[in-house]
Amino acid sequence: MLAHDQDSLKRTPLYDLHVSLGGKMVPFAGYDMPVQYPAGVLKEHLHTRAAAGLFDVSHMGQIRLLPKSGKVEDAARALERLVPQDIVAIAPGRQRYAQFTNADGGILDDLMVANFGDHLFLVVNAACKDADEAHLRANLTGDCVIEPLADRALIALQGPKAETALAKLCAAAPGMKFMDAGPHEVAGFKCFVSRSGYTGEDGFEISVPAGDAERLAKLLLENPDVLPIGLGARDSLRLEAGLCLYGHDIDTATTPVEAALEWSVQKSRRSGGARTGGFPGADKILAHFDNGASRRRVGLRAEGRAPVREGALLFAGEAGGAPIGQVTSGGFGPSLSAPVAMGYVPTPLAALGTKLFAEVRGQRLPLTVAAMPFVKNTYKR
Amino acid sequence: MTTTLYTSDHEWLAIDGDVATVGITDYAQQQLGDVVFVELPKVGRSLKKAEAAAVVESVKAASDVYAPVTGEVLETNAELAAEPALVNSDAQGKAWFFKIKIADKSELGGLMDEAAYKAHTA
Repeated sequence: MLAHDQDSLKRTPLYDLHVSLGGKMVPFAGYDMPVQYPAGVLKEHLHTRAAAGLFDVSHMGQIRLLPKSGKVEDAARALERLVPQDIVAIAPGRQRYAQFTNADGGILDDLMVANFGDHLFLVVNAACKDADEAHLRANLTGDCVIEPLADRALIALQGPKAETALAKLCAAAPGMKFMDAGPHEVAGFKCFVSRSGYTGEDGFEISVPAGDAERLAKLLLENPDVLPIGLGARDSLRLEAGLCLYGHDIDTATTPVEAALEWSVQKSRRSGGARTGGFPGADKILAHFDNGASRRRVGLRAEGRAPVREGALLFAGEAGGAPIGQVTSGGFGPSLSAPVAMGYVPTPLAALGTKLFAEVRGQRLPLTVAAMPFVKNTYKR
Repeated sequence: MTTTLYTSDHEWLAIDGDVATVGITDYAQQQLGDVVFVELPKVGRSLKKAEAAAVVESVKAASDVYAPVTGEVLETNAELAAEPALVNSDAQGKAWFFKIKIADKSELGGLMDEAAYKAHTA
């Protein structure tokens, strides 16, 4: 067993529930989190794709941006100084995927931004939340009150049975579409619900007051379709869905264009758009949009059964030559029963179908550049 | 008559004369979780004691299986290569990894019997 200092780890409001459910607790982003339950990663993964999985993502940061003017558009305009997304265009009750960028065009964190009518609601990564909060305070204090919501848990309910499971406790759930977000009562608790997630499945993310989190999780778990799912399956699910893990697939050295996240940058912020640029690293990111980037994140499928994992070097040929790139996430995809990976390669080698090799334990294993998501997503658009 | 011995790295060896059948223990498979891939050594390969001999991978991670003794690989388990999940269902039976010809029986002296291994994993 890995030794770790239990005392220094934080606990989410669902910690006791994880332990009572037999969760195997491991340190993750400063929290003691369940990596799996007795069912195991494989069954948890497959159950989420077949029915519904409940994930504790309370370690993630929840931050409210309250416009000092009282007008949400002012908070949106202010946030646009930090992200290349069109925040102004997010309609009330909707959310959008975004990235905080740095002066070099790299990514400081990726996040969700929702318009709650009179303020913006942000969900950021656990490992980055303190830095994100400081970044917001340093840059937006003139326009916004920055309010971290430390007293809320976050529960994700994902999978084809998520809607019916949540509908029993929240009448509004079935009427929501992918990326709808807003305050709703769930089992009488004052929640913020969004129809989104990190698995490629239809599903919901539910922000709930910390004191109500365990009761809500237990109510959801009373449904036999819903099983608790640990971080292990969360990772294999998002990998099959082709979704980036911050600090691995995207970081301060990757631009949104290199990361193949162009879809997340709206035309209004690109060259020739109504509010072009004006975010950190805009020169570099817009140049990548206009002229292309020299490398690109791609999906990779192996020909054999050996998983190709993070850090594996990529080569153009079966022997010799310098590495041309590196795998940033990789493992076994339980729904495909095959290895899947993603990594960065020179743009001329990023075309679908390109044959590459990954070095694993001294051997070069054949790979093919493949479309992502690896498993078709089932969002309710 | 076979004797089963254990290493502190959670391999088991069933010893029959100068041949040892090697696998990973039930305790080890529980720690690993769902096994999705195994890589076995080539037949004929000479292994040194404690050298990485095989690989076992779960959804989460890859782990080495070490040669518990020095010797030559005589046979590998093709059934296991085709069905890695056998490690989870029958770690100390059908899921043997390889058979090795023991070069120096004195190396067995440092291994644990079942009672000692149970104490080691308690």
